[in-house]
Amino acid sequence: MDLFLNRYRNLSVLLVVIVAQLLLLAYQIKSNQDVRLIRVWAVTAVTPLARVLEGLRSNSIGFVTDYIVVLNVREENKRLRVDLDKMKMENQFLKTELSTADRASALSAFQKRTQSRTIAARIIGAGTSATSRVVFVDRGTTSGVQRGMAVVTPDGIVGKVQSVYPTSSQVLLITDSSFAAGVISQKHRVHGTLKGQGLGQTTGVVDYVQNEEVVEPGEWFYTSGDDLIFPKGMPVGIARVVRPGKVFKEIYLDPSGFQNGPEEVLIVLEGVHQIVPDGQPNPQGGIKLLTPPPTEQAPVLVQPEDPERAMKTDADRLRDRYKRIEETQGIQFGDAGRIPNFNAGPPPRKVEPAPRGVAPDPPAPATQQPAQARPQAQPQVPRGPAVRPSPETPIRPPAQKREAAPADPPVNQQ
Amino acid sequence: MTDFSDQILIDNPRKGRISRYKPAVLVLIPLGAILFQVYVPLFFQSLSYLEMPLLVTVYFALMRRQPIAGTLIGAAIGLMQDSLSHQPLGMVGIVKTLVGYFAASVSLRFDVENGAIRLILGFFFFFFHQFFYWVLARSLLGQDLHFDLQQTFLFGLLNAIVALPLFHILDKLKERT
Repeated sequence: MDLFLNRYRNLSVLLVVIVAQLLLLAYQIKSNQDVRLIRVWAVTAVTPLARVLEGLRSNSIGFVTDYIVVLNVREENKRLRVDLDKMKMENQFLKTELSTADRASALSAFQKRTQSRTIAARIIGAGTSATSRVVFVDRGTTSGVQRGMAVVTPDGIVGKVQSVYPTSSQVLLITDSSFAAGVISQKHRVHGTLKGQGLGQTTGVVDYVQNEEVVEPGEWFYTSGDDLIFPKGMPVGIARVVRPGKVFKEIYLDPSGFQNGPEEVLIVLEGVHQIVPDGQPNPQGGIKLLTPPPTEQAPVLVQPEDPERAMKTDADRLRDRYKRIEETQGIQFGDAGRIPNFNAGPPPRKVEPAPRGVAPDPPAPATQQPAQARPQAQPQVPRGPAVRPSPETPIRPPAQKREAAPADPPVNQQ
Repeated sequence: MTDFSDQILIDNPRKGRISRYKPAVLVLIPLGAILFQVYVPLFFQSLSYLEMPLLVTVYFALMRRQPIAGTLIGAAIGLMQDSLSHQPLGMVGIVKTLVGYFAASVSLRFDVENGAIRLILGFFFFFFHQFFYWVLARSLLGQDLHFDLQQTFLFGLLNAIVALPLFHILDKLKERT
């Protein structure tokens, strides 16, 4: 310090004198607010330092506080995540419970509605074979289940009991390639045999339907009861693709019993045949629909022919025409001599006037549409992501398989 | 170095001769300068441009060749001048303190008995005094003073011219060693 003062003595003295006079000035001078300059200087000199100190203090405290808050937020975030996971699991559990309750309610309602005696069962497992479509249910011989019993849901048939064990049963699903059941179309009452397609296919095939028979896409199929397994009148599915085949029609249908992925099913202990309903079993997913409007009677323009004639074929009508030509021209077919004039045409048949309001017979019975079946003729949008054959890309089963269809288990086997 | 530079520069500050004055001279001369500053402009308005206390401060600081002495002389004369003015104490004191310090510092390098040096230093320190006072008045007192550069140059030149005979008279008051 002494060395510093000796070395910078002149400058030190100068600074001391200047500072002393500055202090003297500050003591005398007052600012515009009547505050002495020394006070202004002191405040001005101290305030920034105090501001810096206060800033450091507040920032430090703020940093510590924020850090603590962040720690708390982190802990709270963890806790909230755990709570959220719990809530998700609980929500999922409740959804499952609700779905189970809905299905159980539906099964219970169906059990009360149907005349067949059924028992509810839960699907507890699937078959281990990759080529077969079987499932296990938790009902067996102790519950009265026997081999060959039908397994259904309110939406449609599911399969039939293939093997029975004391506490469980093996159910052959209708999508298995070895499954067969008798079915009947709702609108045209066409009988056929429902067969599964096996691996990877969720559709069924209705076989043994003549090409001349009429089946429309969107038409419902019901069990016919011919197999003596499924009671008559239970829904089977909707025909999605209908086209003429080599020998029989190719009809692909979506099984209605698989639409919701059955978990609970009903095993039919004692089946009671019912009539095939005219309406859809569950039209439009449970939406209440009005009945079709009444058909207006068209004015009678042509007198109907006799009922016997209406049932005749083209050959019969041709023979009748020739017969009238023969009577009119007075000739006998097969005799030599006069040649009949076929260009003259037969005289018009005299018919008796029919009572007003009676509709005439249509010329072709195959194109006649019952009024009640009109709404069902509309094409329905297939539901679910299942792969279904379309008219553009039909899933055509192999020819040998179709030829071997009769070798499948008979429909009416027990 | 040339002969001219040898005449105005001092290689070794210790070579410079320190002038000594009687204490009465150191008191009466500044006092007389202040009295001149106070009373003469009352009767001779045209002499109000003369800054006699500044010239005396510069002279004693130059001749003492000691920055501390120059600082103290400047502070004393400045405070005395402040005490006789309406300005707060210290305004002129600070300015003259700096003038005394720098003048004494300059005297260590220059031959302050040279007439040209005295003329230049007289002009420079007058300009420095007026400018620094203007700065302090604006910064510390908040006064909105006008700094007339041309007038300051002119008055600086006149004071420098007056400083030459004044310094020569004051040289007569030095103690002879």
